[in-house]
Amino acid sequence: MEKNKFIETLKPRIKELKFSLYLLNRNWLTKVSFYIAILLFLLAIFSQVISPFPGHIMDEANVSQKLLPPTSVNFYGTDELGRDIFSRVLYGTRVSLTTAILSVGLALLIGVPLGAIAGTLGGWIDEVIMRITDIFLSFPPLLLAIALVSILGPGLENAMIAIALSWWPWYTRLVRGQAISMKERKFVQAAEAIGTPTWKIIFKHIVPNTISPVIVQASMDMGGVILTVASLSFLGLGAQPPIPEWGLMISTSRNYFPDAWWYSIFPGLAIFITVLVFNLLGDGLREILDPKTRKN
Amino acid sequence: MGKYVIRRILLGLIVLLGVVTITFIIARMIPSDPAAKWVGPRATPSQIEQAKIELGLNDPIPVQFINYVTDLTQGDLGRSLRTRQPVVDDLKAYIPPTLELVVLAFLIAIIIGIPLGIYSAKMKDRLLDHVSRLFSIGAVSLPTFWVALFFQLIFYKLLGLFPLGGRISTETTILYDIPRITGMLIFDSFVTGNWVIFKDALWHIILPCVTIALYPIGLVARMTRSALLEILNEDYITAARSYGLKESLVLWRYALKNTLGSTAIVLTLSLGYTLVNTFLVETIFSWPGLGNYVATSVVTLDYPSIMGVTIFSATTYILLNLIADIIIAMDPRIRL
Repeated sequence: MEKNKFIETLKPRIKELKFSLYLLNRNWLTKVSFYIAILLFLLAIFSQVISPFPGHIMDEANVSQKLLPPTSVNFYGTDELGRDIFSRVLYGTRVSLTTAILSVGLALLIGVPLGAIAGTLGGWIDEVIMRITDIFLSFPPLLLAIALVSILGPGLENAMIAIALSWWPWYTRLVRGQAISMKERKFVQAAEAIGTPTWKIIFKHIVPNTISPVIVQASMDMGGVILTVASLSFLGLGAQPPIPEWGLMISTSRNYFPDAWWYSIFPGLAIFITVLVFNLLGDGLREILDPKTRKN
Repeated sequence: MGKYVIRRILLGLIVLLGVVTITFIIARMIPSDPAAKWVGPRATPSQIEQAKIELGLNDPIPVQFINYVTDLTQGDLGRSLRTRQPVVDDLKAYIPPTLELVVLAFLIAIIIGIPLGIYSAKMKDRLLDHVSRLFSIGAVSLPTFWVALFFQLIFYKLLGLFPLGGRISTETTILYDIPRITGMLIFDSFVTGNWVIFKDALWHIILPCVTIALYPIGLVARMTRSALLEILNEDYITAARSYGLKESLVLWRYALKNTLGSTAIVLTLSLGYTLVNTFLVETIFSWPGLGNYVATSVVTLDYPSIMGVTIFSATTYILLNLIADIIIAMDPRIRL
């Protein structure tokens, strides 16, 4: 009996999900990017297994083979230490995706609770939190991250922290709006009426109900974050050698440019395709989930 | 209206103070000792102590903060640890080349973006519309620093059409007097009618400029498209059409005028992203602007310069947002 009731409550949600999948199927550009995104995740997971020269991913050098143009052995050529660029670009997928997921996750950890608190409590707390987000958002993107990494010191972990610290206000704004509308709902008012402590209302009733638009927004941000990580590494502030990070590879390749053009071109192409796929997917998701465009 | 503008300006000032506070906190949290950096690696402990007093690092933090803000209001951003010059003087030298790039890139964005937007609105859901959508999403997805390298590969290495980098050829600087009015070479040489320098500067600026323009082009095209589609459904357009006016007249004369506001706003808001793109492109094309200055400052941990550029960019950004908000508020169709 209990179980049936549970399934009953899920039914409209499943129907909505099915409709979303139908819309996804109809837009071929979004569909293709969806499959490529899945492929990218698979590549990231299995990169070490697939790569033709797993040893070259880090710093196994093979100097006699240095700076060779693309061949059937080294699809993307070799770098200044004779490492296979294809293997390194492949593994770079893992570096970029993990970094992006962790940065966004950290930003969510800061942004979501603050937004929920601001939206639920309102008043001066709301005012203070929102003014702080205004301040953070008035720095041009990347520039705040550059300034932050310069105190934390260069490195992939610090780059992630810096990105999260400059990215969280977006989630605070989003969750705050959600929380304000959630506050008026009957179940929240009922919880209030029976004397549930405020922190419990925020984290048990409001946060879980704001999470789905947040997840959508976070997945849309993946592209931008990957690009930011690459840009920081390009400036020498993110990943450090021998980590095969795309931006860092392009940065190193400049010493051999334009003669060893393949060294710069292929990692950049990897960044472009990955970011493009996530942006197309995000754009499509927005259209699918937007109630205005959803109806027709 | 007046009340709104005053409130908006006050809010802008509060945000600005917040920005300054954050840069102050960042600058004071730097792990390396600025005093030790200031006197160099072979300084004695007493010299470091002396430098600390000179730089005001021994004062209590609140006093340091008040001094910092007072200095800022007088246009003093501190001294660069690397060039040893006041950061403001450095900025004065490096801002014009960056401004030149950004202004020209925005000009290109308007010249290409608006017609592209108009045609994709006219061809809604047809091939050109899809191509322009793909282009504008593509433009946001491109690592600008890589596009810069790609352009160098094609237009310098393969075709030999444009130079690898720099602002002007060395020969030109030797043979001719470089006019200095605003520091923006293109503008200065144009105003003084110095065509040799103008041509040379133009030849150097095209590649970096086009690289930077890609992002605003896509943005302007998308904005013009969606604004135009909305406006073409309005009654006054139907009325104009029912008078039997030519379609091109309706489009260019009546409809387009009302899209310009939103295009201007979207351009202002894109400035932050464009500025950062400009910084990255500058490092590739060895363009002597703010981006190159930041990149070298980052490597040498010259934090007063980094903070100076950060404050400058954030202030510009806040100011432009303020202007955009006031322009929106001035629109008689919006009641506040």
